[in-house]
Amino acid sequence: MAVTLVTDRAPRRKVRDRHHRGASRWVVLALVTLGAVIMLVPFLFMLLNAFKSPGDYSSAGPLSWPTEFYTKGLKTYWTEVNFPLKFWNSLLISGSVAVLAVAVSLFNAYALGIGRVKGRLWIVGLFLLANMMPQEALIYPLYYAAKQIGLYNTQLSVIIIFTVIQSAFGTYLLASVLGTFPRSVLEAAALDGAGKWTVLRRVVFPNVRPTLAVLLIFFFIWTWNEFLIPLVMLIDNSTQTIPVALASLQGDRLMDAPTTNAGALISLVPAVLFFIIFQRTLSRGITAGAEK
Amino acid sequence: MALTQTSAGPQRPATRPEPVRTPRKRREGGAGYWLYLLPGAILFVLVIGVPLGGTLYLSLTKWSGVGDPTFIGFDNYTRLFQDEVFWTSFKNTIAMIVAMVVVPTLLGLLLAAVLFDVIGRRFKPRTAAALRAAFYLPQVLPVVVAGIVWGWILRPDGAFNSLLDVIGLGALRHDWLGDPDTALPTVMAVMIWVQIGYPVVVFMAALQRVDPELYEAAEVDGANWFHRFRSITLPQIRPETFVVALTCTIAALKVFGPVFALTRGGPENATNVPSYFAYYTFFKKLQVGYGSAISTVLTLIIIVVAGLFIWLQYRGERQDREV
Repeated sequence: MAVTLVTDRAPRRKVRDRHHRGASRWVVLALVTLGAVIMLVPFLFMLLNAFKSPGDYSSAGPLSWPTEFYTKGLKTYWTEVNFPLKFWNSLLISGSVAVLAVAVSLFNAYALGIGRVKGRLWIVGLFLLANMMPQEALIYPLYYAAKQIGLYNTQLSVIIIFTVIQSAFGTYLLASVLGTFPRSVLEAAALDGAGKWTVLRRVVFPNVRPTLAVLLIFFFIWTWNEFLIPLVMLIDNSTQTIPVALASLQGDRLMDAPTTNAGALISLVPAVLFFIIFQRTLSRGITAGAEK
Repeated sequence: MALTQTSAGPQRPATRPEPVRTPRKRREGGAGYWLYLLPGAILFVLVIGVPLGGTLYLSLTKWSGVGDPTFIGFDNYTRLFQDEVFWTSFKNTIAMIVAMVVVPTLLGLLLAAVLFDVIGRRFKPRTAAALRAAFYLPQVLPVVVAGIVWGWILRPDGAFNSLLDVIGLGALRHDWLGDPDTALPTVMAVMIWVQIGYPVVVFMAALQRVDPELYEAAEVDGANWFHRFRSITLPQIRPETFVVALTCTIAALKVFGPVFALTRGGPENATNVPSYFAYYTFFKKLQVGYGSAISTVLTLIIIVVAGLFIWLQYRGERQDREV
């Protein structure tokens, strides 16, 4: 940048510039707000039709205001798919994966980032690659093996698979975080006679706890939203997750337009709640993730 | 980026050339740490390594999933390269890259800069945060559920066509997802909606670490908003742009859920993508060998693309250091 341009011209320019923007900033705000409204319109459509009776929908169409506050669609979906059970399945799978994957990531990263074991660059590269792998490249052997060892159609199969897939990313991220861990702290701990386990538990873990919290939330939400592997592995009403339950009812006789919207609404509520609860941590985490 | 960070390790002795320290460090990196890698490594081999090898092997066989696979060499691959559906699915992947990488990155850069620079500064930061949340919302939802809602909106009797009627464009009523000519552009539009929030959030976070003095200096020089965007914003947040482009490209190559929910690859394969094609071949047509070949080719493409990205990034960083 030519920072040393003639400075006496600058004030006049600046005034004109600011005046110019003072008016146009409202245009910019209007345009961006319009964009945001377009982003939200599908949700408004969904809300509008989730509380509409099928008769109302077929006579007045998708855009009309509901004539009554109709909640039977919600109730139908809730009971027909046994939503509380689906919620529990999703919670069990995502929660277990989040905790286990964070633990595995931390152990891996401890060996790679702090232990600096031989060939760590290749190992980290391998983990990164594994994270990019299309799940189709793994799914059939996993499906077959799960059937052979009796893990097919169990939540455990999905938990094990996603623990590995998520920890591949976690290892990649944490290894680089721990790679910059101050050596002096580690050396001081070693001088005090702390073993590797004590160093991990008492020195490293407390230091990276914020990063681990972010990873925990990411793993939870990512696993919650996963589709292909749960779709293949969980075929039963008693094991399916929320997205799989909704998708497998697509085109079903039960699913008229209002029930579809009601089902989608129920299915989205937990994710939106998590988002609101975790928003602060999340936005911090996205920054951390992008800079690493 | 992390890769280059860890590679800073070997340079350490050069900056701290005390010969006493080096042998002790080598001892530290000894066998004890391998123990911590063990559980992760075993899981990794069982869940990723072995299945990947299995898929590679199966791609050389003919198998319906029952009985024993028959080894047929590279027949699946020769068949694959003559299969029109395969080529269509990869052509559609290009469309997905446009919808999930090119458009969201460009639009995201613009939106993030506007939200950060104009809305965040000339209005309240809370306004910018609220608008950002609106753009980011689709990113936190199960994409399949969002896909099902979109599928209903775009139905012939769905909300979108009704909306066209209301605003007087009823002549444009259309079976958006059912017509082979409009299905792909429609899916692309939905994917932009799904994806846009990710670059916006990452870029807005990135902009926070750009030194405001750079902008002030440029403003004093009389650079207009667009000049500042091009000469300061873009170069400053290049690392984030790289990460976004890489992760979105990989996501575009792997996209499955939205296609499953919106069109199941139809009509007439107009929206088929490699991962849905592989899924369909595995579990609906029960051609495990052929499905494995599709998955293997997709995996190879992803490895090549990721390698290319990392190489480009590495080269860019080295050039920066030389300048």
